[in-house]
Amino acid sequence: MIKEYSSISNVAGPLLLVEGVSGAKYEELVEIYTGTGEKKRGRVLEVDRDKALVQIFEGSTGIDVQNCRVRFLGKTLKIGVSADMLGRIFDGLGSPKDGGPSIIADAMIDVNGAPINPTARDYPNEFIQTGISSIDGINTLVRGQKLPIFSGSGLPHNKVAAQIVRQAKVLGKEQEFAVVFAAMGITFEEANFFIQDFKKSGALERVVLFLNLADDPAIERISTPRVAFTVAEYLAFTKGLHILVVLSDMTNYAEALREISAARKEIPGRRGYPGYLYTDLASVYERSGRIKGKKGSITLIPILSMPEDDKTHPIPDLTGYITEGQIILSRPLYRKKVSPPVDVQQSLSRLKDKGIGKGKTREDHADLFNQLIACYARGKEAAELAVILGEAALSDVDKIYLKFSQEYEERYVSQGEYEDRTIEQTLDLGWELLRMVPRNEMKRIRDEYLVKYYDKKPK
Amino acid sequence: MRKGEIVKVSGPLVVAKGMTGSKMYDVVRVSEERLVGEIVGLAGDLASIQVYEDTSGIGPGEPMYITDEPLIVELGPGLIESIFDGIQRPLDIIKENTGDYITRGIEIPALERDKKWHFKPVVKSGAEVDPGDVIGEVQETKLVVHKILVPPGVRGKIKSIKEGEFLVTDVVCTLEHEKEKVEMTMLQRWPVRIPRPYQERLAPSLTLSTGQRVIDTFFPIAKGGTACCPGPFGSGKTVILHQFAKWADAEIIVYIGCGERGNEMTDVLLEFPKLKDPRSGESLMKRTVLIANTSNMPVAAREASVYTGITIAEYFRDMGYSVAVMADSTSRWAEAMREISGRLEEMPGEEGYPAYLAARVSSFYERAGRVKTLGKPAREGALTVVGAVSPPGGDLSDPVVQATLRVVKVFWSLEDKLAYQRHFPAISWLNSYSLYIDDVSDDLNKKTEKDFTNLSREAMKLLEEEAELQEIVRLIGVDALSPEDRLVLEGARSIREDFLHQNAFHEIDTYASLKKQHKMLALCMFNYDKAREALKRGVAFDDIVKMDMWNKIARMKYLEESGMEKIDTIRDEVTADFDRLIKGDATDKETGRQGDNETTKRKGDER
Repeated sequence: MIKEYSSISNVAGPLLLVEGVSGAKYEELVEIYTGTGEKKRGRVLEVDRDKALVQIFEGSTGIDVQNCRVRFLGKTLKIGVSADMLGRIFDGLGSPKDGGPSIIADAMIDVNGAPINPTARDYPNEFIQTGISSIDGINTLVRGQKLPIFSGSGLPHNKVAAQIVRQAKVLGKEQEFAVVFAAMGITFEEANFFIQDFKKSGALERVVLFLNLADDPAIERISTPRVAFTVAEYLAFTKGLHILVVLSDMTNYAEALREISAARKEIPGRRGYPGYLYTDLASVYERSGRIKGKKGSITLIPILSMPEDDKTHPIPDLTGYITEGQIILSRPLYRKKVSPPVDVQQSLSRLKDKGIGKGKTREDHADLFNQLIACYARGKEAAELAVILGEAALSDVDKIYLKFSQEYEERYVSQGEYEDRTIEQTLDLGWELLRMVPRNEMKRIRDEYLVKYYDKKPK
Repeated sequence: MRKGEIVKVSGPLVVAKGMTGSKMYDVVRVSEERLVGEIVGLAGDLASIQVYEDTSGIGPGEPMYITDEPLIVELGPGLIESIFDGIQRPLDIIKENTGDYITRGIEIPALERDKKWHFKPVVKSGAEVDPGDVIGEVQETKLVVHKILVPPGVRGKIKSIKEGEFLVTDVVCTLEHEKEKVEMTMLQRWPVRIPRPYQERLAPSLTLSTGQRVIDTFFPIAKGGTACCPGPFGSGKTVILHQFAKWADAEIIVYIGCGERGNEMTDVLLEFPKLKDPRSGESLMKRTVLIANTSNMPVAAREASVYTGITIAEYFRDMGYSVAVMADSTSRWAEAMREISGRLEEMPGEEGYPAYLAARVSSFYERAGRVKTLGKPAREGALTVVGAVSPPGGDLSDPVVQATLRVVKVFWSLEDKLAYQRHFPAISWLNSYSLYIDDVSDDLNKKTEKDFTNLSREAMKLLEEEAELQEIVRLIGVDALSPEDRLVLEGARSIREDFLHQNAFHEIDTYASLKKQHKMLALCMFNYDKAREALKRGVAFDDIVKMDMWNKIARMKYLEESGMEKIDTIRDEVTADFDRLIKGDATDKETGRQGDNETTKRKGDER
């Protein structure tokens, strides 16, 4: 039974309070008709006896307390999903935005999803070759992983994400894959960059786009990643596709969440973000992964811009605690024209150990990247010393390390935006660089690999 | 069943009226969907309830069923090798029943009801039994003999007891107490928020070896002790806890995944059955109980998960086992408390956490300990608790870290700086501490050699010296140091890289027995002493660092446990090499040639 009320008593920011309601449920979907007949949508945030607190997705412009009518729909927010959504553009709540026909739904699914049973999960261990050495070689991405890009204003995170989308493949397998792209509060230009890039590489018909741009209602953003994941889950686990979900920019999402929290007068946590930010972000991120016995998978790359490049800001901080690693872009490297400017020391992929090695990449991969990182770290230390004391004060070994770290940045980390390196190229390049350093410094590599790879003369 | 009525729903918090007569922390069933909830506040006839499942679609007017029972766990055969959610529902059986996703309102008993266990009595009828007495045994897995205990509060004379195949709910023993008949099954129930009783607390004196060199040698934990490892993300907290769960010499492991990643639990589930216990050779899963309440599962159940885990651990402790509990991460547990507290509109303490945060944290850790258990035969059990803490931005002034540090005795400080250099485990040797060192030093020396704790002290001194020297190096460069000081740097580097650094993903390096640890550390220190002696006898510093020895020492961690003796061979080689070096140098001196430095250099090259 659908009930309609005109008893709005209070409007504050994106929230409105309806009184005299009976039978309203938590999380129930509502429709709001303004005096001019405009329809808005919202959901119930709290019910207290006969009062319902409603969050309006589209913002409260045009709402008054006299003429507005609120209709409780008796159901939670659901979205119709279908394989026909590939190649289409939708708004932040999942309505078509490209002028095309509406979607004939195969199924209606609650956007909030349900937690995957940990015993049903399959461990992500299939190597994805992105063609970017600093990712493939050092911070390997695997299928079903959640690996965010931590960036800052003015850094080329969009280019990195686009390059990954363009080049990502699983070796030895031609499998159907698709991209679900959710834009939250990014500018038209940024969104357009992705669309043009998808078009150029011919990927557009394999992309589902959800666009909530900077001038779209901020509150709608809270639902955008959930809508996107609902479609991704359907395509991955019902249709058997391998899905790459790109969310950009999570900072805008968290700010919308803060707006709601502030309007509800909740006790704020750090920097005014609500105390449940961790749980909320987890309910989004944790929807990716693999499920035993299912063909498809969901790999997630959220992009977030760190305010003032501060990694300890609540959004990157809590994200890092949920995701399986992070790719951090570095401003100093970007200034040195290293592209992509991946900060190799601070970046991390937690799942790499299961995705590399014999039969996946190559047997020497694990030892090699450990040694590369150790050498690079020592080189960076030497560089710091050189700044203070001058290069002449370094010991001979440190001078070698210093040279190594420079070469490493210039040749290994830096590559063109359109250079697609195979994993063999990446690994061989690693060995080539290591040969600059004396053999007895190779403490993290097994002898057999040293004999096989280090001692081998370059072609 | 008594019934109340819901008046308010706000996320995981529900308020109901008509609840007079209910007690705090009683379990209720919410709405016709029968979601599990727990009373966390009472006011008049209103009760505030934290709900352990998603409350979408619930509204005022719906019923609230009162069970008049606190949140309990089921204890009995079938716990080992299971994976439960935060309120002890078996996740593997949920998957069979409802599919890949966890839906709401599932009611499945924690212990399998249709599995038969072979019960073997160890007491005869006619015997008087008291709480905690062992009446029988069940071989639960190859590694665990499950002892059936008389539950607390039950006593009497055994009327009948029988051997055979039983379900957990079958009566295996009947008692008579003051003319009243008491029937006992293998299944017991216990409220999670109340610690299980014991006879007496004992001081910790035995070390719990973990196979992790930096922990066992420098910051050991005692059986029955408490430890925490705070660190920013990416510093390797979870890997350390996994290593602990894999290699700690405890008889039972309870691993609580509290608000962490789903894939991490999958990792444990897939990896543990394949790993062999280094002592028994059996699969590690055969001694492990898992509690998984991942970050996207309902937040209130996360709050309960640590209690569920520690109650199960206490039950095994009461059988006389050494049990280790890992909680990853207690910060998520504290955050769950904060979220519920916020919705109850309580006045917040620091950072929005409730004012009772520290009290809850300390009473949780205080459930650890080495005890003399209740009942006959006399037994000693130990419950060790290790908690990960995930402070925002790695900031140790975080209230959860501070509350934890006030109670735990071992602090493994994880540093991102070390992690960036890929020095794992990223436990800082300068900031960490263990207050058990003196308690367990006798035990450590007994298990290895007499000089073990001395060696570790010497090595720590070297590392501290290094830290001081590094300050100077940073200011004026390494050339300004005397050869002796530069040798200190080399010696410390060798301890850091060859001993402390341990690769958890390397098939051999992942575990080092105490004996191997001793041999490795002894060799590092022996080499350093020899080098110092050589330096004193006039050998040039450059020649010492050029020696091939440092390389051989670097590879000793990859020697198998069975091939440990090779370390002794390396030791002999070190002695021989240094003798040659010193002698070579001496010969040069005796002949009184110019540029003796050059000569030794050439000699070094020849080698």
